[in-house]
Amino acid sequence: MFNFILQRMLTAIPTLIIVTVMVFAIQRLLPGDPALILAGEDKDPQVIAYIRDKYRLNDPIPVQYFAWLGQVLQGNLGTSLRTHQPVTELIWQKLPVTIELAILSMFVAIIIAIPAGVLSAVRKNSFIDHSSTLFALSGLSIPNFWLGIMLIMLISVRWQLLPASGFVPFNEAPIENLKRMLMPAFVLGTGLAAVLMRQMRSSMLEVLKQDYVRTAKAKGLIPLRVNVRHALRNALIPVITILGLQLGALLSGAVLTEQVFTIPGFGKLVVDAVFNRDYAVVQGVVLFTATAYIFINLLVDIAYALANPRISLRGDMT
Amino acid sequence: MKKLSLVFVLVALMTSAFAQQVVRVGLAEDPDILDPDLGRTYVGRIVFASLCDKLFDITPDLTIIPQLATGYETSEDGLELTINLRQGVKFHDGSDFNAEAAKYNIERSKNLPGSNRASELAQVDSVEVVDDSTIKLKLSQPFSPLIALLADRAGMMVSPTAAEALGEDFGTAPVCAGPFKFVERIAQDRIELTAFSDYWDAESIKLGGVVFLPIPDSSVRLANLQSGDLDLIERAAATDLATINSDPNLVMPSSASLGYQGITINLANPGPRDNPLSNDVRVREAFDLSIDRQVLNDVVFDGQYIIGNQAVPPSSPWYVADYPLVERNIEKAKALLAEAGHERVAFELMVANNPQGIQVGEIIQAMAGEAGFDISVRATEFATALNLQEEGNYDAFQVGWSGRIDPDGNIHAFQTCEGNLNETKWCDEVVDQALNDARAATSVEARYELYKEAAMRYLPNRHIIYLYHSQLFFPHRKNLEGLKAYPDGIIRFQGVSFN
Repeated sequence: MFNFILQRMLTAIPTLIIVTVMVFAIQRLLPGDPALILAGEDKDPQVIAYIRDKYRLNDPIPVQYFAWLGQVLQGNLGTSLRTHQPVTELIWQKLPVTIELAILSMFVAIIIAIPAGVLSAVRKNSFIDHSSTLFALSGLSIPNFWLGIMLIMLISVRWQLLPASGFVPFNEAPIENLKRMLMPAFVLGTGLAAVLMRQMRSSMLEVLKQDYVRTAKAKGLIPLRVNVRHALRNALIPVITILGLQLGALLSGAVLTEQVFTIPGFGKLVVDAVFNRDYAVVQGVVLFTATAYIFINLLVDIAYALANPRISLRGDMT
Repeated sequence: MKKLSLVFVLVALMTSAFAQQVVRVGLAEDPDILDPDLGRTYVGRIVFASLCDKLFDITPDLTIIPQLATGYETSEDGLELTINLRQGVKFHDGSDFNAEAAKYNIERSKNLPGSNRASELAQVDSVEVVDDSTIKLKLSQPFSPLIALLADRAGMMVSPTAAEALGEDFGTAPVCAGPFKFVERIAQDRIELTAFSDYWDAESIKLGGVVFLPIPDSSVRLANLQSGDLDLIERAAATDLATINSDPNLVMPSSASLGYQGITINLANPGPRDNPLSNDVRVREAFDLSIDRQVLNDVVFDGQYIIGNQAVPPSSPWYVADYPLVERNIEKAKALLAEAGHERVAFELMVANNPQGIQVGEIIQAMAGEAGFDISVRATEFATALNLQEEGNYDAFQVGWSGRIDPDGNIHAFQTCEGNLNETKWCDEVVDQALNDARAATSVEARYELYKEAAMRYLPNRHIIYLYHSQLFFPHRKNLEGLKAYPDGIIRFQGVSFN
C-alpha cells in the first residue's frame, strides 16, 4: 500500500510539470494583452509600460515560466494582477465553497442514482426502469444554466421558498448556507445522477447475470440480500471510477452553475481570470486543481480495494 | 407601566434594527483593485462612492458641488487653483483630513507607479499647503476640466497613514473618508462596507452598511432583486424593463449616460489601408446614412436608449446643434457609393462577443446591406478585441466610452493626433488646436465655440460614427427610499433609507 502511494506520488511530478507548461503556454497563445486590460479604458501608455515591466510581460516566455516555477517551489503562487490579492489567499477563500458544492452535488447524485440504477436493473423493462431512463435522459439533456434559472424563477421569485443565489459560509450560518446550496447542488447533482444511474444500471445488469449471483439465489437467499450484498458491491467498481472522475471535475469548478447561482467557487474564479488575462490566478488554480485531481484518483484506487478486496494495491498497479 | 416599558424597548429595538439595515447591491461585474489611483472599472467607481469621498461631487443635473472641499478659486491666468478644504473630517482610521493629506493624495495620484490618474493630473505641476485647510495647485497650463476630474477618482482622498503602510496593496484594505468603511472582500463574491460613525456628514447616512455582490448575468441579477435577495441592482438590461415595470415591489430611477456607443473606423492604424471605408469619406458617409438609429434602438434596446450622432447626447449643453442627426437615406447612400466608384463595399465589423453586441452588429449588417455594404460581423472576446484594435488589425469596431463629466473626457483623447485613444489615427491640426484651446478656456461660452469648431471638422469625417447613448437603470425594492439616478452611473447612498 505504502509503495503504491509513493509510486503514484512520484509519477504525479512529471504530470504536474506538463500541466504547468501547458497552462503557461496556452495562456500566452491566447490573443489579448494583460497590460492592455489592466490599464483600463484610459489606456495610458505609461501605465501599460509600467504593468508590462512589473509583471515581466516583456521577458521571453521560458524566462517568465521559470521565474514563476521558482516562486511556486517556494510556496508562492503569485498575486492576482487585477486585485493584488495573493493567489493562495484566493484559493483558500474558494476551496471550502468548491468542496462543499462538490460534496453536496455528489450526495444528491448518489442518493438518486444508486437506488434508481439498482432498481431499474432489478426490475428491468418495468415502469421504474422506463421512468429512470427518462429521468437520466432529461438530466443529460437539460442544460444546467437553464434548469438553474428556471428553479430561481419558480422557487425563489414566485414561491419565495429559497434565496435566489449568493453564498454564506457554513461556519457563519449553517442553515442559511444549506438553503443557498440546495438549488445549485440539486442542479449539478441531477446532471451527475443521470450518468451515474446509467452506469449503475448497466453494471448491475452485468453482475446479475454472473454465476455467483445465480448460486446465491439458488441458495435461497432473500432477493434484497442477493442484490445488495452480492451484486451491488461488485457492480459498484465502475461506478466508483465515474464518481472519482466526476468529483475531480467538480473540484475544478462548475462554471455555469456557479455563474447562475453566484457561488464564489473555482469555476467562477478561473473564468473571470481567463477573461481578464489574470495569468497568475489561472496558473495557480489550474496547478492546484490538477494536484487535487491526481489525489482524488489515488483515493479512488484505494476505494476499489475497499469495495472489492480481490483488487490489491501493488506498487506496479497503473 | 411594565407594558409601556416593553413597548418602549420594542420600539428602541426596531429603530436600531432599521438603523442597522444593510443595503445589498447587485453589480454587473466584480470590481478591480479598490485603490482610487489604480482602479479603472466602472463598478469600482460605484464601490468608491460609498468608501471614498472626493474633493468635489456632482448633482443629478451635472452641477459640480463641493464635497471634501468647501470651495475653490482659479487665478486670473488660470495657472493656480486654490481649494478650501472641509474641517473636522476624519479618515476611517481616525486620522485627520487636512491640507497635508490633500497634498499627499494629489501627489500620490501623480506619482504612484502605475497610477491611472497620473495622466488626468498631468497639468498639475505642484501642490502647496497654504494653511491647514487650504491647498494651492500650480498648473503648467490652464486646464478647465480639472475640477470635473477632482469630482471623480482623481479627487478621492485616501488616508496617508494607511497608504504609506500598505503601499501598492492599499487596495486590498482601503482606508478613506467616505460614509462607509471597508470590512471585507471575497473576490467574485462580495465587498462588505459598514457605516462610519465619524463621517463628517453622518446625518445623511441612514444605512448600517452596504454589501456589493457581483452577479454578471442580468436575468439572475433581476431574479435576485425580485426575490428580495438584493435591494438594488445596476445596469438592468433594457429588454427586462417590462418585467421590472410590472413588478409592484420595484421602482426604477434612470438617467441618461454620459458615455456613447459608436463605430470606430480604422483609417490608418498602424499604416495606410486599402479599404474604401478607410480611404474615402463618401463611403463612410454612405455607411452612416444606411443606419437607422431609431430602429436599432427599438429592436435591441426596446426604444429605451437615446439615439445620437456626437460624443455627447443631444440633451447635453455641449451638443452641437448645427450638426443635427440625419435620417436614414438609402438612395443618397447608394449615390455616394456610386460617386466613389463602388457598387458594393465589403468590410469586417468587430463587435463584443455578447448577445447584445452581436445583435447590434447584425442589425447594422442588414441595414447597411441594403445600401451596398457587405459586412461580416466578427464577434470577438473583449480582451482579444482590445489587442486587435491596438495592433490596428480591424476595419471597424463597435465600441463605446463610459463617459466623463467634462466634455473633454469624451473628445480630447479620441480626436487629437496623439490622443491615447485615437485608434483611427485620424489627425487634424486645426482640431488639435481647438481641443487644446478648449482645455485652457475658462468661460463655458468660449469652450462651447471651440468644441463646436472641432466638431464641425471631425464629425463629417465620420471616423467615429456615433450611434446611441445608453440609459442607466437602477431598479430597486420599493422599501428603499431616496435613491436618485446620476448620469455618471454612480450610486450614492446619502439620503437613502429603508422605510
